[in-house]
Amino acid sequence: MDYAAVVLLEVCYMIAFLALISAGLAIVFGMMRVINLAHGEFVMLGGYATIAASKAGINIYFAMLVIAPVVVGVIGLVVERLIVRFLYGRIIDTMLATWGLSLLLIGLVTLIFGNTAVSVPAPIPGYQVGRYQMGGYNLFVIAIAILLMLGMWLVLRYTRVGLVARGAMQGADVVAALGHNPKTIYMLTFTAGAALSGLAGGVMAPLTGLLPSVGGAYIAKAFITVITGGAAVIAGTLSTSALFGTVNQLVSFASTPVIGEIAMLALALVLLRLMPQGVTGRLFRNST
Amino acid sequence: MSPNFGVGRIRWNWFAAFSALLAALPLVSETHTPTLLAIWALFALSLGLMWGYAGILSFGHAAYFGLGAYTYAIASFNIEESTVPLLLAIVVPALVAAVIGALMFYGRISDVYLGVMTLVVTLILNRFMNATAGDAYRIGNARLGGFNGIPAFPVLNVPGDPSNQIYGTSYYYLVIICLLGAYLIARAILANAFGRVLVGIRENDLRMELNGYNVPAYKTAIFAISAAMAGLAGCLFANWAEIVTPGVFSLGQTAEVLIWVIVGGLGTLIGPMLGAVALGALKVALGYQTTVDNSLVLGIILILMVLLIPRGFAQAFVAARQHFAQSQAQRRRARTHRRRLSLQEADR
Repeated sequence: MDYAAVVLLEVCYMIAFLALISAGLAIVFGMMRVINLAHGEFVMLGGYATIAASKAGINIYFAMLVIAPVVVGVIGLVVERLIVRFLYGRIIDTMLATWGLSLLLIGLVTLIFGNTAVSVPAPIPGYQVGRYQMGGYNLFVIAIAILLMLGMWLVLRYTRVGLVARGAMQGADVVAALGHNPKTIYMLTFTAGAALSGLAGGVMAPLTGLLPSVGGAYIAKAFITVITGGAAVIAGTLSTSALFGTVNQLVSFASTPVIGEIAMLALALVLLRLMPQGVTGRLFRNST
Repeated sequence: MSPNFGVGRIRWNWFAAFSALLAALPLVSETHTPTLLAIWALFALSLGLMWGYAGILSFGHAAYFGLGAYTYAIASFNIEESTVPLLLAIVVPALVAAVIGALMFYGRISDVYLGVMTLVVTLILNRFMNATAGDAYRIGNARLGGFNGIPAFPVLNVPGDPSNQIYGTSYYYLVIICLLGAYLIARAILANAFGRVLVGIRENDLRMELNGYNVPAYKTAIFAISAAMAGLAGCLFANWAEIVTPGVFSLGQTAEVLIWVIVGGLGTLIGPMLGAVALGALKVALGYQTTVDNSLVLGIILILMVLLIPRGFAQAFVAARQHFAQSQAQRRRARTHRRRLSLQEADR
C-alpha cells in the first residue's frame, strides 16, 4: 500500500517535471514553429540565476519564482532580437543557430561560474510514507506545474492577449490584417517562452544541482515531449508528459531508471511513427 | 535561389594533386592529428552526402559512427583477425540504418519529426551503453564496460596476418585510402541515375513521387549508405583512440558533425570534408589552451555561419565564382559590342 503511494507520487512528480521543463519550448514551437535548441541552456541559466540570487541572501522562493524568469526572459528577448528574428520560417536554420547559441551559453557559463557543480539545499524537508522517506520538495514541484498549466490555459483561453496569441498561431497574416504586428507577437512569445524555461530551471535547481552542461539533460526530454505532443500547446504537453512520465516511472520501478528512460524514448519513436504530426495532430484537434 | 547545384563532377587533376599532397604529408608533419582529422572528414562526408544531396537532415548521425566503433571493438575481441570486424563495422550500421530509415521514410516522416526520431535513436544508444557496466553485459569475450567503455581491443592488422598490426604512419595511409575511396564512391553515386533522383528528391520529393520514383526506397538506401560510411569512420576512430566510450553517441558528437558540414558547405562533397578538417584542427588547437572555452568558439562560429553564410563556404565560393564569370562574360559582350559600333563608325 505504502509502496503504491510512493509509486503514484513518483509518477506524478515525473509528469510535473516533464510538463514544467517542456512548457517554454512548447509555447515557442506551438506559436512560431520554432525549435529552440538552446532551451536546455535557458533552463540551466534559470538555475544559475536562482542559486546566485539565493547565495546573495535573497529569499529562495523569490529567487526562483521571480528573479529566474525575469533574468532568462530578458536573455530570451536579446536572443530573439539578435538571432532568431532573422530566421523565422527557416526551421532547420533556426535549429542550427539555436544549437550554436546553446554551445555559446555553455561556454559563457563555464567561463563565469567554472566547470564545477553548484547546488542549493531544498527548502522543504522530507516526510515519511510508511517505511519510505520522500522528498517534500517534489510536492512543491507538482504544485507549481499544476499552477503553471492552469495559468497558461486561463491566459490563452480567457484573456485578450491569449486570444491574439491563439489567432497568431492559426493564421499570422489574418492577425496582421486585423492590426496586430506579428513581429511584436513573436518577440513577446519568445520572451515568454524563455521566462518559462527560466522558471523551470529555478524550480528544479534545488533538486538537480547545476553544471554548465546540465541543459543537455533537459533539452532531449523537452524536445521529445513537445514534438510528440504536436502543435497544441497545453493539450499536447499535458498528454505526452502524462504518457511519458507514467511509462518512465513504472518501468523504472519495475527494472532500472535507465531501462525506464529507454522505454520512454522507444515509446516516443513508436508514437512519432504512428502520428507523425504529433499526438494533437491526430487526437484533441481543437484544443489549446 | 541558389546557384547550382546538381551532382557536380570529379576533376581528376585536382583529385590527383590532392592525393599527392595527402601522401606527402607524413614527410613534413607527425601523423597522429592528421589521421584524426581525416577520420572526421570521412564522418562529415557521410553526413554531407545524405544531407546535401538527398536533403535528409539527421540529428543523430553519431548513432552510426558509434555503432561502427562499438561493432568493431566487440567483434575484434571475438575474432582474432581484424578483416571481418572491419566489414561488420560497416555492415551493422548500414543494416540498422536501413531498418530505422525504412521505418521513418515509409511512414512519410520528414523534417523536424525526422530530426527527433534520429535524435531519439542516438539517445537510446547513449543511455543504454552508459548503463552496461558489470559482467552481466558482455557479448562473447567483450565486456561493454558502461561509462568507461571498451579499452584495449586488438587494433586493425594487415589482412590475414593478425600479428602484423597497423599503426603510426601506415595507419595514416590506411585512413587516407578509406577517405579517398569513400569520396570516389560518393562521386560515383552522384554521377549515376541514383544520384540524380536523390537531388530531385531534395528539390521536391512530391514531384519525384508523382514521376513514379519510389521515394522512400531511395531515401532509405542513401540513409544506409551514409550510415555505412559513418560506421567506417567510427571504426577508424576506435582504432585511432584505442578505446570506445558511450561519448561517441553523445549530443556533442552529433552537433559537431552538423557544424562541420554546414560550415564547409551543403550540397558539395569537398565542403564538409574541409569543414571537418578546419574546425577539427581548431578544436585540437583550442584543446591545448584553457583561456577560451572550446564550445564558446564553436557556438559563435555556428551562429555567424547560419546568419551570414547559411549554405557554407564551399557554396559561397562557387556562387562567387559563377557571379564573377557572369560579370566577366557581360563585360566581354559589352566590349565586343562597343568595338563593333566603333568599327561601324569608322566604315562610315
